[in-house]
Amino acid sequence: MSEFSSGTLTAKNIHLSFGSNHVLRGIDLHVPKGTTASVIGPSGSGKSTLLRVMNRLIEPDQGDIFLDDRSVLKDNPDELRRRIGMVFQQFNLFPHKTVVQNVSLALSKIRKMPKDQAHAKALEQLDLVGLKHKADARPGNLSGGQQQRVAIARALAMEPEVMFFDEATSALDPELVKGVLALMTDLSKGGMTMVVVTHEMGFSRNVSDTVTFMDGGVVVETGPPDQLFTEPKTDRLKGFLSDVL
Amino acid sequence: MDVLEQLAKTFLDWEAMAEVIPAMLTVGLPNTLILAVSSAFFGCVLGMILAVMGISRNPIPRWIARIYTDIFRGLPAILTILLIGLGLGPVVRILTGSTNPYPLGILALSLMAAAYIGEIFRSGIQSVESGQLEASRALGFSYSAAMVLIVIPQGIRRVLPALVNQLISLIKDSSLIYMLGLLASQREIFRIGNDQAATTGNLSPLVAAGLLYLCLTVPLTHLVNFMDKRMREGKTQKVEPDEAAAIIGKGH
Ligand SMILES: Nc1ncnc2c1ncn2[C@@H]1O[C@H](COP(=O)(O)OP(=O)(O)OP(=O)(O)O)[C@@H](O)[C@H]1O
Ligand SMILES: [Mg+2]
Repeated sequence: MSEFSSGTLTAKNIHLSFGSNHVLRGIDLHVPKGTTASVIGPSGSGKSTLLRVMNRLIEPDQGDIFLDDRSVLKDNPDELRRRIGMVFQQFNLFPHKTVVQNVSLALSKIRKMPKDQAHAKALEQLDLVGLKHKADARPGNLSGGQQQRVAIARALAMEPEVMFFDEATSALDPELVKGVLALMTDLSKGGMTMVVVTHEMGFSRNVSDTVTFMDGGVVVETGPPDQLFTEPKTDRLKGFLSDVL
Repeated sequence: MDVLEQLAKTFLDWEAMAEVIPAMLTVGLPNTLILAVSSAFFGCVLGMILAVMGISRNPIPRWIARIYTDIFRGLPAILTILLIGLGLGPVVRILTGSTNPYPLGILALSLMAAAYIGEIFRSGIQSVESGQLEASRALGFSYSAAMVLIVIPQGIRRVLPALVNQLISLIKDSSLIYMLGLLASQREIFRIGNDQAATTGNLSPLVAAGLLYLCLTVPLTHLVNFMDKRMREGKTQKVEPDEAAAIIGKGH
């Protein structure tokens, strides 16, 4: 994959509550340009919420978010989201549009590209994920793995500076996981800045540059994968690893 | 035998039917269709506004939509038609000089239809998975663009059968505006049958009207069933195996 015009993402002291449920309790995360940070942790620890706060699908109660050292909290959140691509566990493709329309829609409506140019660019992106031949199919006729790769193409078409993956392979049948992980690995190696929430410990260990372990709304441990997986310092991470490995 | 003959003469007097059918087809049918289709159209426009208000995060439009819907769904159709048709008649006359009750009939039917259609649209929109809005917003669409481009079109698709049901109701309810005193040329199917039945003392013209209504509504009912069935089957499409896993990232 080609180089990306990726950026550095930093979250500082993020707090968020849903009512009385204090879900994020002062999270710090630093993802240098071109690196991949994986976020692991038990269910309910706030991983998905952290991603949503970092692209302002949810506004933080406290804290700051920086993209390339500039705080983005005062910008229009729609503008910020155009710079951050996001891939979801449930794919969330638009079922009433064709595969190629899924990818070209934001290009023509948001980037204001002429229709034929957006279409051509969408086909190019589909080609990169190996699905150009499905351009005119409906998402409902694709396998889960194919749908997720279309979702990745849809996000990449916007030329984001950062990509978020929220358990992108958790809804896939086991035999389809490999293809999506391979694509994510390619992106990572290609220099995309990525934050990957995952239960795939293999990916976290072998592909990411840093691993962040969250529990109860705080970062319990963070560091290079070798350090976290071979010498976990805290009992919480030890317990978690022994449960999942 | 006498009884059967009597019944046949009352309900199935072919001559009495033949006499009324031309007027029913040339005057009644177009008027019924104009009333039903135009109030369905205006009902959809107003209904969509009500639906969007009904899902607003701001409680004021939500309450306005709620109250409107409760009132117009809670009143008998005949009462709404009389109140609007007769009540607004003088106002319209002062403002425009027109004494034509026909537009007011359409207005009353539209206002009622909007209450039902608004609820249909709202439930359709709310049935769209929240991930659709989230994914659209994550791409950078504003809330309104995401609703207009992604969420609402899916919501409408899901409720098309219910909308056709609403059209069926309007075809039937359009008969109620006979209460407003229409010109001869404005009469719809029921009124023409009813007038003829009154002058001849025979119910066959009303039976003819009934048959004509059925010609309109039964095909629509079957259309609803057909759409329902297709939507259900559409959900269980065949999925191909993922043959492309090996060529990831390389194109092909
Ligand atoms: N929209 C919401 N409204 C209220 N509470 C929420 C909302 N989203 C998440 N929560 C709560 O926030 C907490 C963290 O949820 P979150 O989805 O971020 O966890 P997670 O680490 O992603 O878990 P999982 O591994 O199961 O996906 C949970 O207690 C959850 O119930
Ligand atoms: Mg989650």
